[in-house]
Amino acid sequence: QAMEKSRPLWDNPLQFVFACISYAVGLGNVWRFPYLCQMYGGGGFLIPYFIMLIAEGMPLLYLELAVGQRMRQGSIGAWKIISPYLCGVGVASVVVSFFLSMYYNVINAWAFWYLFHSFQDPLPWATCPLNSNRTGYEEECEKTSSTQYFWYRQTLNISPSLEVSGSVQWEQALCLTLAWLVVYLCILRGTESTGKVVYVTASLPYCVLIIYLIRGLTLHGAVNGLVYMFTPKLEQLSNPKTWISAATQIFFSLGLGFGSLIAFASYNEPSNNCERHAIIVSLINSATSIFASIVTFSIYGFKATFNYESCINKVILLLMNAFDLEEGSLTADNLNEMKDYLMATHPQEYVQLLPQLKNCSLEAELDTAVQGTGLAFIVYSEAIKNMEVPQLYSVLYFVMLLMLGIGSMLGNTAAILTPLTDSRVIATRFPKEVISGVVCFINCVIGLIFTMESGSYWFDIFNDYAATLSLLLIVLVETIAVCYIYGIRRFEKDLHNMIGRKPNWYWKIMWAFASPLLIISLFLFYLTDYILTGTLQYQAWDATQGQLVTKDYPGYALAVIGLLVAASIMCIPLGALLTFIRKRLKRESISTV
Amino acid sequence: ILLLTLSVVASARAQLCEPDAQNAFKVRLSIKTALGDDAYAWDANEEYLFKAMVAFAMRRYSSKSTTQISDVLLCNVTDRVSFWFVVTDASKNVTTVPGSEVEAAIRMNRNRINSAFLLSDKTLQFLKITSTLSPPVEPSTPVWLIVFGVVLCLIVAGIIFLIVAGIQQHKKKNKESTERENLEEKGEVTLTVENGIPCETLDLKAGHINGVFAADDERFTSL
Repeated sequence: QAMEKSRPLWDNPLQFVFACISYAVGLGNVWRFPYLCQMYGGGGFLIPYFIMLIAEGMPLLYLELAVGQRMRQGSIGAWKIISPYLCGVGVASVVVSFFLSMYYNVINAWAFWYLFHSFQDPLPWATCPLNSNRTGYEEECEKTSSTQYFWYRQTLNISPSLEVSGSVQWEQALCLTLAWLVVYLCILRGTESTGKVVYVTASLPYCVLIIYLIRGLTLHGAVNGLVYMFTPKLEQLSNPKTWISAATQIFFSLGLGFGSLIAFASYNEPSNNCERHAIIVSLINSATSIFASIVTFSIYGFKATFNYESCINKVILLLMNAFDLEEGSLTADNLNEMKDYLMATHPQEYVQLLPQLKNCSLEAELDTAVQGTGLAFIVYSEAIKNMEVPQLYSVLYFVMLLMLGIGSMLGNTAAILTPLTDSRVIATRFPKEVISGVVCFINCVIGLIFTMESGSYWFDIFNDYAATLSLLLIVLVETIAVCYIYGIRRFEKDLHNMIGRKPNWYWKIMWAFASPLLIISLFLFYLTDYILTGTLQYQAWDATQGQLVTKDYPGYALAVIGLLVAASIMCIPLGALLTFIRKRLKRESISTV
Repeated sequence: ILLLTLSVVASARAQLCEPDAQNAFKVRLSIKTALGDDAYAWDANEEYLFKAMVAFAMRRYSSKSTTQISDVLLCNVTDRVSFWFVVTDASKNVTTVPGSEVEAAIRMNRNRINSAFLLSDKTLQFLKITSTLSPPVEPSTPVWLIVFGVVLCLIVAGIIFLIVAGIQQHKKKNKESTERENLEEKGEVTLTVENGIPCETLDLKAGHINGVFAADDERFTSL
């Protein structure tokens, strides 16, 4: 007699909450939210952010968790139960998760690379390497800064454009393999191992953030950054882009639509209070974003002040050398008066010197807004190299990035593996260790594309296009399916069975009207934006100039983008069509019998 | 007449040392930047030391050189502390040593000159003489590979441990289930079974607990 295999469960509800937090709190909280806050009105950005959290974030999170907990299946199985025509939604989620896991782990590989290089004195990105005849520094490094050189040349070894593929960088390939081995170790035993790992991946980033908060606030010039960034510029509230960015950030930050939340919730006990957990997770996610942006802004302030003071010192040195003035006679305070004095007394030499005298401005330094890998790997490492004991802070920071990245990867792989282990066809033949191993191996091999010299450009393609439109559509279909196809009354009853009370009117209104409307408007906005801009462009690194230049995507790259978007979106109608055909065939075979 | 010739020679020699003169080099010192509070003032004694170091450098560079301290001429000393110097050739009247020789001599002895003044290549600058920058110390194996190797071994060990533990658990479960099947066939153990699921597992949390019907704590009757 075969024993029915019972579904694995989390050891306690805390593991589930930690898993959701670990998944939702990811790199986007650290490198995207501070950028948005800075661009769209500083402190004022928090207003649309919280409105969107209440209108869109919490209801959709609750919906996904409830669906997973009720159906007790991964995304494919769960949507099949809701309606057989909706199996395509589950498949689309798995496809998007697959694309995400392909490129997301490369970030962990880069974090490992920087982590391993943090055990040196001085840090390798602190100084430029010498050129071949040792008379000066490398030319490319002179044109740009040492941190940018380390990122673009020594880490990525980036090619001038997407067309030039270059070869696979073995160092990056090694780090990527290690990253996948780490992920495999964590998901090897399913919830048994994942449940223990998320204790670390969820809590360690907060410890590091607190250390950085204390260190950041005590840095020289940190207050400049905080004041500049957080002063609300309320006129930005009238800019529609502000609201769209707030909605987009909430949406993607919570990781809705990938199927990870459904997968995590499916391992819950049916009586788990997912309403409370949904509120807790979404609040913690937003609070972490704000917390991370405080740290980021103080780091910005420190870096901007440091650069500003270096700029001033360079000007002082230039003037002192040109006019042979005594050391110490020119200081930052009397610089302007001395400049006027020198202009009056030595007009010709001063005019000759004028093109080299840069106008140093603290505001200009603070205004350089960076997001994404640039912020995480260039700006932060630049700030770290100027701190005392930089190796310690560097190690802490990159360990934090790793924890955030691995936490999100656990969710992604759970979204792929749960439907695979749920399906009888595969799960009975192979143990879950083998399935996890095969998935990790395939992803690792495909991920080698991102370790090529042009890998960073492909990374940007995947990052910008693989998930954006598809997820909006998936979540829209999900919400409409639950509210109108499954029926909101049936859903209410299920929730009552599970938690013990019915959802109140706020949840129902959000699910039925507010969230779908918001998603539709976001979807339409992005679609029109893509159509109106015509050709898509990307930033390529020009080694001869030492800066980024904008280029157009070649034809085949546009084809890949189209394929990425279509592959996931097409699953939804295809799934419905296949089910329809299958039912027709069954009906025909029954009627002929 | 002797005085006249001496003054003529002196003025001729002085003309050799001028800003941008042939074979003349500009030197710039940043004493306060380098030493802060311990900075010394630049006076005639320091200039004497400088002349001595240049003469020393010339002698060390070429063994047949007979440069005297008085052969090194300094001029245009500013508050920055910067000045021009030129090395005259005592054997040939009123000419300067070629700049390439001076440059080579200074380059060879740069360290000694720097340490005489407690300065470095950056704070004691010879404007036309570029210094060879010292290469950073590179260990034989890059440090990052060592750390990478350590982490890799730990992770692989962890994976192997978990896989082996999983296989052992699987074998134990198989053995237990075959034992139980053998016992059931012999009829020695009455197993309470409900719908093909042994009742012990229903008591574990892995079973389905339907909260709505949790009121009665019925015991399943044994078959």
